[in-house]
Amino acid sequence: MWGKLSWSVIPFDQPIIMVASGTVAVVIVAILAWTVAKGHMPYIWREWLTSVDHKRIGVMYVLLAMVMLLRGFADALMMRAQQAVAFHSDGYLPPEHYNQIFTAHGTMMIFFVAMPFVIGLMNFVVPLQLGARDVAFPTLNSVGFWLTATGALLVNISLFIGEFARTGWLPYPPLSELAYSPGVGVDYYLWALQISGIGTLVSGINLVTTVLKVRAPGMTYLRMPMFCWTTLASNLLIVAAFPILTATFAMLLLDRYLGFHFFTNDGGGNVMMFMNLIWAWGHPEVYILVLPAFGIFSEVVSTFSRKPLFGYRSMVAATMAICLLSFMVWLHHFFTMGAGADVNAIFGIASMIIAVPTGVKVFNWLFTMYGGRVVFSTPILWSLGFMVTFVIGGMTGVLLAVPPADFVLHNSLFLVAHFHNVIIGGVLFGAFAGYEYWFPKAFGFRLHEGLGRAAFWFWIVGFYVAFMPLYVLGLMGMTRRMQHYDVPAWRPWLLIAAVGAVLIFIGILLQVVQLVVSVRRREALRDVTGDPWNGRSLEWSTASPPPLFNFAVLPNVEGEEAYWGVKRRALEQARLSEEPAYQEIEMPRNSPTGFVCAFFATWMGFALIWHIWWLVIAAFVGAYATFVVFAWRDHHEERIPAETVARLDRANREARGAALAARLEGA
Amino acid sequence: MSEAAQTERHDVAPGDEEEPRSLAKEVWLYLAGLVLSVLLTGISFFIARSTLVWEPSIPIALSVLALAQMGVHLVFFLHVTSGPDSINNVMALAFGLLIVMLLVFGSLWIMDHMNHNMMPMEKIMQMQR
Amino acid sequence: MSTTANHIDAGGHWHGAGHAEALTSGSEHGASKRVIVGYGFWIFLISDIIMFSAFFATYAVLTDSTAGGPSGRELFDTTTVAWETACLLSSTFFCGLAGLGAYRRKNALFYGAMAVTFLLGAAFLFLEIHEFAGMIAEGNGPSRSAFLSAFFALIGCHGLHVTAGLLWLLTMVAQVRAKGYRDDILRRILCFGLFWHTLDIIWVALFSLVYLVGVAR
Repeated sequence: MWGKLSWSVIPFDQPIIMVASGTVAVVIVAILAWTVAKGHMPYIWREWLTSVDHKRIGVMYVLLAMVMLLRGFADALMMRAQQAVAFHSDGYLPPEHYNQIFTAHGTMMIFFVAMPFVIGLMNFVVPLQLGARDVAFPTLNSVGFWLTATGALLVNISLFIGEFARTGWLPYPPLSELAYSPGVGVDYYLWALQISGIGTLVSGINLVTTVLKVRAPGMTYLRMPMFCWTTLASNLLIVAAFPILTATFAMLLLDRYLGFHFFTNDGGGNVMMFMNLIWAWGHPEVYILVLPAFGIFSEVVSTFSRKPLFGYRSMVAATMAICLLSFMVWLHHFFTMGAGADVNAIFGIASMIIAVPTGVKVFNWLFTMYGGRVVFSTPILWSLGFMVTFVIGGMTGVLLAVPPADFVLHNSLFLVAHFHNVIIGGVLFGAFAGYEYWFPKAFGFRLHEGLGRAAFWFWIVGFYVAFMPLYVLGLMGMTRRMQHYDVPAWRPWLLIAAVGAVLIFIGILLQVVQLVVSVRRREALRDVTGDPWNGRSLEWSTASPPPLFNFAVLPNVEGEEAYWGVKRRALEQARLSEEPAYQEIEMPRNSPTGFVCAFFATWMGFALIWHIWWLVIAAFVGAYATFVVFAWRDHHEERIPAETVARLDRANREARGAALAARLEGA
Repeated sequence: MSEAAQTERHDVAPGDEEEPRSLAKEVWLYLAGLVLSVLLTGISFFIARSTLVWEPSIPIALSVLALAQMGVHLVFFLHVTSGPDSINNVMALAFGLLIVMLLVFGSLWIMDHMNHNMMPMEKIMQMQR
Repeated sequence: MSTTANHIDAGGHWHGAGHAEALTSGSEHGASKRVIVGYGFWIFLISDIIMFSAFFATYAVLTDSTAGGPSGRELFDTTTVAWETACLLSSTFFCGLAGLGAYRRKNALFYGAMAVTFLLGAAFLFLEIHEFAGMIAEGNGPSRSAFLSAFFALIGCHGLHVTAGLLWLLTMVAQVRAKGYRDDILRRILCFGLFWHTLDIIWVALFSLVYLVGVAR
């Protein structure tokens, strides 16, 4: 009746887990209780949970990412602590536990921090930059977000009901096969990622279609902001790569559930095929993560250098080249598996070639700043930090792309240092820069600048202190994922790394404090006009936060840097543009489809993991029924009357008019 | 694809006809597609079992016939043509096909090398028997 | 709200609304909803084709891993495959006719063609399930060898898609009965047509490169 579930799957005998889960449970219940008691539930349901507004969904994605960052970082602290003390000792984390921690750390950071962060930012910003009212498929957008949240929920549940995988963040067979991982851990991993993978694919389809088909009149491809180009490239990669992940995990699931022989040791299975397929996904995945970050830097550097982006067309070419090349290098993740010198050489050379367009981008950012009047705001600090850090990480990547070098360094801490270097330095710094940059647009007030800078400095110094020692350790021969060791020469470096982790922790704390302080001081930090940074693209032409419909009238784009031209004209003519003729606007209606579908998906995933077959069927029927109910809907849109549009727009115009007048007076 | 600021886009959805045709003409087009497909299918089945074709070339012949039939489907049933309003549709398809080629041929190439270099013990034993 | 979609009137004349149905009302230009929905679904189909190709690549790599068991040559029955192909190919033809009927609002054509499409699709599935059951009964199921795992997964994946398509077909017919040829329903019929045709395109690759090549080796 309950499959493999029983009371014994809850780890009552493991104090760390019980305390952690207990705390989390208490916090969640407390937040829910407070929300309900204060009467906020209807608002949350109406305005957030059932919202199909890309802005709301984007915010929820980023919120998910930040919460999961805390979760994944807790794992990081635990690992650093373990490695700091486990010299000639077993440390405090037994291997079964340690293995789950490094697996969960990687899984959460990639799938539930980095991905939601960049997807959230793309969701929020791209329709605004394109001069559109929403993404191409708003309800589907909501479904995608909630399915991602389902995956995150399932991974978190594994902490106290059952266990998580112990295979590392990519579940290599034969370890991940039933014979060697008979528990539910790998199943938690697989189902959580299959479900959230559907969410990601949905996002990919949505954003590709939005960029290609839902732009404002006059916005030709070569007039789009750079962030939209990187969004296009990243989402094309999502559409191309995630199906491979889905198929590969499906094969592993078939092996585990139905006795298939794709990757088993017996029956003719070929373990190496898993590595081949999973990295055919895995390499494009890292470009899916970093391309939006590159786009963010293009926006930030240009705005805060007060200059147009240097070499726009070469940036576009470089972006699309990276998009294409990223599908031609995947073997460099398994040089040592035995493909031989010929194959290794080809993929090694291709991996080095892909560094070239990235280099083009770095030079273009530098040339953008050169001759500009740079404002050293927090977003620019993150960008400068990125440029130095990512270049180092990229160089170690090119180093690893040389097969003979990789034979020495594969799976050592050198590799670990490299990919943290590029992911933290590239993706995470980019995400933070985007967060600081677009926060006022989303919420109507800026983040506290001083705390932002402090957080940045702790993060970047912490990063170097935590990860540079890992390069050294890799060269000294230390392997990754070690639960204990007895080489005395390694110890000092691991201690330094632990200190670095603490510094990063302080950086994270400062970011939390920054958010709290900014909310409390929001009146002082208010963004009145909607254009706090003197931006150049269309999102800055809207109020902060933008109204539901984004633009009262869709803009007619006449050149690159659409908004800059408008401001230029306003300054020259010493007045705002003409008040438009306001008309009624139709926007898609909110829908509980996403939330309800994810509800059923969660039950279905849980039931599949624990072999509760009747529940699988029931949940599947529920999910299908949800879609049918949605398909039967007769009214898809709600109308916003012209008077409301006019009122909202006029309020913003007044603020902008005042700012323009003040500017002209001061000039 | 670039367009002047005020030109109206006339993109066509994949699956839609680019210019309006009469019902009869449409049915004839579908019928033509069907006939061509049946023809290509028939030839494929014939070749597979036939001794008339040089055996080692059979897989290639079947691939070519399959590609041709896929093209017939695309043109006659899906109306994916090379017209200017269909460009986005064709580009998306081309992108997908590129990825498919990279994945399939890349995997075959890689795994062939892997299998050769890393032959599992069981296979070596088999070969020795 | 203007609801003129692309449609053909009784005289066979095209009423194009290439741009009337943006996400917004008024004189705002942009791709029509039909183009947006159709294109988005097309992108989904491309992703689906890539998923199939991952299964196909695996099949190609594992073709010879028969673990001492039978290979395609011994197992595949080209007669069954020929009948399956005939069913699916003709169902695709009728699906096309159904689409034509829907856009021109001709009930007889639409309902009739959809019915035939369903029957032929169901016949395809029946033959395939029969084929699978036979193989499993002889002990040549997917757990016999890696080759058979890959075969069952690849062909089975296609069969699951056909099953989903049949469910969708029934839903579409029910929707038209309940709500008529509304614009959004016509868009969904467009997507259904794309889906069904693409399944046949994939089948062309499958019967050629799995069954026929397997038999010819």
